[in-house]
Amino acid sequence: MKVKKLEKSALDAWVDDCIAQGNVHGVQAQDERFVFGPIEKAADLCLGYDVTILPPKKYFLPQREVLNTYSKDEGFTSVVDDEPFVLFGIHPYDMVAISQTDKLFEMDNPDIHYLRRRENATLVVSDIESMSENIFAGSMGTATVDDGFDILLTNIGDAYLVDVRTDKGEALAASISDAPDASEDDLRKREEVQQKNREEAQRHKLNFDPAKLPEILSKAYKHPIWEERAEQCHSCGSCNLVCPTCYCFNVCDDCDWSLETVERRRIWDGCLLNDFALTAGGHNFRRHRASRYRHRYLRKGEYVPGKIGEIACIGCGRCVTACTTKIANPVEVFNTIAEDSE
Amino acid sequence: MSHCDCEKDIYLPESATLLRKERMTEWEDLFEFKIDSGRSLGHMPGQFVEVSMPGIGEAPISVSSSPTRADTFEMVVRNVGNVTRAMHKMTVDQKVGIRGPFGTTFPVDTAMKGKDILFICGGIGLVPVRSAIQYVFDHREDYGRVAILFGAKNPASRLFTEEMVEWGKQKDVTILETVDRRDEYWSGIEGVITTLIPLVKMDPKNTVSVICGPPIMYKFVIVELENYDFDPGSIYLSLERNMKCGVGKCGHCQINNLYVCQDGPVFNFADIEDIEEAI
Repeated sequence: MKVKKLEKSALDAWVDDCIAQGNVHGVQAQDERFVFGPIEKAADLCLGYDVTILPPKKYFLPQREVLNTYSKDEGFTSVVDDEPFVLFGIHPYDMVAISQTDKLFEMDNPDIHYLRRRENATLVVSDIESMSENIFAGSMGTATVDDGFDILLTNIGDAYLVDVRTDKGEALAASISDAPDASEDDLRKREEVQQKNREEAQRHKLNFDPAKLPEILSKAYKHPIWEERAEQCHSCGSCNLVCPTCYCFNVCDDCDWSLETVERRRIWDGCLLNDFALTAGGHNFRRHRASRYRHRYLRKGEYVPGKIGEIACIGCGRCVTACTTKIANPVEVFNTIAEDSE
Repeated sequence: MSHCDCEKDIYLPESATLLRKERMTEWEDLFEFKIDSGRSLGHMPGQFVEVSMPGIGEAPISVSSSPTRADTFEMVVRNVGNVTRAMHKMTVDQKVGIRGPFGTTFPVDTAMKGKDILFICGGIGLVPVRSAIQYVFDHREDYGRVAILFGAKNPASRLFTEEMVEWGKQKDVTILETVDRRDEYWSGIEGVITTLIPLVKMDPKNTVSVICGPPIMYKFVIVELENYDFDPGSIYLSLERNMKCGVGKCGHCQINNLYVCQDGPVFNFADIEDIEEAI
């Protein structure tokens, strides 16, 4: 399908059509901020949002999910979520994070709980229309995205361009196949929007090429910044909680009142929390705040890149906003270390 | 998006039945399990499994028996956490869930072959190493001299005492024991485990060392081995961490970039000596 052009009213009609046909989620306003949630009508969808409180990660790795159940008669039984859904309005940086998490859950030991949800999702990315207060995706090369999604929407001022990339996208966009094609001029306008986003999505600016991060961080294990900043860390895990590339989890059993059946649940965990590396014998292998604080940055900039070849900080700025003591800004940490490594 | 062709659920335990349970010490019991499907566990010495007590949770437990012994497998478990507390209340014929085996193995079929072997174990560090000791004795001709150094907190916490007598009857075997604190009946050596190292005369050029014990033990044992010219590449250690998922996803067992559940628990010391969080 060629890139289509839809006026706002036609876009709304298409979204309403998608809602009529299936399970549609997207970005909507909640008080002063924005969240991903179920969308009941096109008018609720806010494509002009700046950033959501939580990233769309929760659709593939929910805050809590049942991995399996146990009963005396049936033993252990897998529980895999199998419902198709559509997700509207993912920003490019969040799309990059989803593609990274896809790799991590697929490599070595594929995780069918994550991967099945991912297969069932049709992802509609929309180019950023307003910048959040702490975004630095422009510094991380993630202010725009070229793959991983099914459809890309771009507001070019008087209309939206709808760029369908996959079979799943084709299926979702079937009802707009007769819409007018985007002109050369429209595509040029889209490129202008994207270029502007790459330049403006830099409320904080990384002073070097992010590709150099693994090399720079590999020599920063003993840098004083970890101790200095961790002095202010409450170990609350807010930075983990809002991060689109954090995927650490815990698993716990929930028994029903009759003691007959058990649900084994996966829940989000965070490496900044005090007992994250605690073992049953009482030994905590990352007892000091600074060691946990450091681990998070090295994971984003050195360890995960070593696994998938990509920097696992996508510049959404959510941790900068969420941190109660304002020590979580990755750009400040990375720039300080880079300056000292010269 | 890539597709998940694999239908296997990496988090789904399979059922196993408790065949035998024996008191080892005040805190440790030995458990012998058989997987209900009839398959043998298929582990190698050094590996661990995730044991599920339904309704309580799941915990990583190292396998203590050698695959050369039976279709069943043994574990020695200290009563120290939620899952292990529940295990200690089990009776024969009760069921657990098992996932695994996971992780790397002691190099019984590679680096250890043809070499003299120095086993250095502190406390329940002997539990995973026993699998390798049994394996070595079941292929006795493949290895040279064997020395087993075992340190316990006190005489009452010694493990596998009867089996150790049998090990001592094998050809070319030296067994030395020490306790941190003697009691009125202990006439043996008193002191930390490193006091035993000068007492065995091993050729550092022809010896592979296998170490397992509490975290604090490694630093001191390695310094002592290096004093006697043991090469870092000839030293293997089994490290403890919170291996929650066992499949390299959940993040709890990470040592810097390494996942102990997949890259370990057995490491060659040369590979981790420069990794800050390891030892």
